[in-house]
Amino acid sequence: MNVLKKKIPSYIVNAISVIAIYLIISQLVWIGVINNYYLGIIIVIGINIILSTSLNLTTGFLGQLTLGHAGFMSIGAYASALFSINANLPESIEFYFALLVGGICAAIVGILVGIPALRLRGDYLAIITLGFGEIIRVIILNLDFTGGAKGLFGIPYATNFTNVFFIMLLTIYIIWTVIDSRHGRAIKSIREDEIAAEAAGVPTTYYKLFAFTLGSFFAGIAGGLYSHYILIIDAAKFDFNRSIEILVIVVLGGMGSLTGAILAAVTLTILPEYLREFSEYRMLIYAVILIFAMIFRPKGLLGTSEFSLLKVFQFIKRKVIG
Amino acid sequence: MDFVLQIINGLHVGSIYALIALGYTMVYGIVKLINFAHGDVIMIGSYVVLLSLTELHVPFWIAIIVAVVFCALLGMLIERFAYKPLRNASRITPLITAIGVSLLLQNIAMKVFSANPKPFPNVISGEPFQFGGVQVGQVTIYTILISVVLMVLLELFVLKTKMGKAMRAVSEDAGAATLMGININTTIAITFAIGSGLAAVGGALYSTAYPIVDPYIGSMLGLKAFIAAVLGGIGKIQGAMLGAFIIGITECLTKGYVSSQLSEAVVFAILILVLLVKPAGILGQNIREKV
Repeated sequence: MNVLKKKIPSYIVNAISVIAIYLIISQLVWIGVINNYYLGIIIVIGINIILSTSLNLTTGFLGQLTLGHAGFMSIGAYASALFSINANLPESIEFYFALLVGGICAAIVGILVGIPALRLRGDYLAIITLGFGEIIRVIILNLDFTGGAKGLFGIPYATNFTNVFFIMLLTIYIIWTVIDSRHGRAIKSIREDEIAAEAAGVPTTYYKLFAFTLGSFFAGIAGGLYSHYILIIDAAKFDFNRSIEILVIVVLGGMGSLTGAILAAVTLTILPEYLREFSEYRMLIYAVILIFAMIFRPKGLLGTSEFSLLKVFQFIKRKVIG
Repeated sequence: MDFVLQIINGLHVGSIYALIALGYTMVYGIVKLINFAHGDVIMIGSYVVLLSLTELHVPFWIAIIVAVVFCALLGMLIERFAYKPLRNASRITPLITAIGVSLLLQNIAMKVFSANPKPFPNVISGEPFQFGGVQVGQVTIYTILISVVLMVLLELFVLKTKMGKAMRAVSEDAGAATLMGININTTIAITFAIGSGLAAVGGALYSTAYPIVDPYIGSMLGLKAFIAAVLGGIGKIQGAMLGAFIIGITECLTKGYVSSQLSEAVVFAILILVLLVKPAGILGQNIREKV
């Protein structure tokens, strides 16, 4: 009860600020300050936040390196796109069913990929997801119903600011509640010391698989949002570099910090837009970021600490009043 | 006859994979790190050979030596600046660094040599050999011969020399090895140098067989070689050779009888099967962890 009491002010502050952000952005869109170009960037930010928080679950909180997040995203994108093209449901609910289908497909593949790798101790997940990311691309290119190299056309336009924003919130909320529960503590204990966690009775394989599958599920959802936003998808949009982009967001924001991942997702989506003339150096810069971040600040900018609005308000209050 | 030919092709690519897998397995054995940058060292090796051939006009064997020296230095450089500062960090940290180094090498190659594939000159020409109706190209024979000789030399080095002994000691127990007066840093640096040198030879031989060089050749090649190392039992030198030949032959048989696009998926399926059935690999044994 006490714990809940302590949390309530923080919940209220967060809820109010989230609603405020939503209202401000949607009003700015309404009066035309934010044009379609900026709105597009905002939608991509939302999708990147879903991707990076879900990757943070496996790489940051569980401590297992995943190099095929874009692969899971592609499964979600194709599954949901094919669903909305072929299913004849009422328009209002079809999109959400399509997203769910995308997420579930990605989660099933996540289980299949995760079982062989996560039963073992060691870094097999990195290599198996790296291979998976490459293989899924080859498979998509060679199948008929995915459109092959030409790409998949005719996806209905359904992703807009409102649904991206609220699905993003839901994702963050779900991942946050998982991390904050006993399941989350089990997951974090595996990161700290797998042998000790096992000795303390944590079913390590189960929790590793759970975190990885949940991460894949949300990657699938993000893929569904993405495909219903850009409308034409092909395998090249989900290559290894895409996985690395998401990884850089997580590494820079802080492995094990949800708010860090969110801040980094916002920054690293906006920055490349302004640095267009250097876009050919983008992957080079990302490579350097990865190396230097690991050598000089391996925990990322925020580390495992979370940014809290409530604390900011309390800090301001102390400064102003006291 | 076709079947025999596919087997020979399998031995051909298998011996290339073996040279590369040795680098993975030696590094993993000694610092417990999947060196993702290894695949890109191969790519750099291929470019160095290509440049020596086309710009300096040296014979092929000198080009290989140049590439070996270059890549060995590159390997030591990578180890010194990217991995050494992280030796005591958590496992995931050097892994991410390795990915970063891999990307860095790939992008530098793309800036320096451009992303367009470059043709590799035909260096080993001549009449193919006849073995009772089966034609075997000279490239194949040379590749298999060079790989086998190098593998025997490596085995002798690891078993007979003092440095080889030090390498085995460090991979068994780094702490105890230090107490016995072994210089761990030198030993690890030498391991990276040998692994990268072998990768350079692998890259050169790969380019003679598939005469196109681009900044991405290393990634798939490296992945397959790593799978070979896991299949044979990572950390075991003979395991890497055995795994590489199995992977090479499987791949060629798939290409010949099933579908060329599926060969990579099949190799990947092998990895999954191995991890499910015998995670330590064919020659590896399960080591109990002590707490």
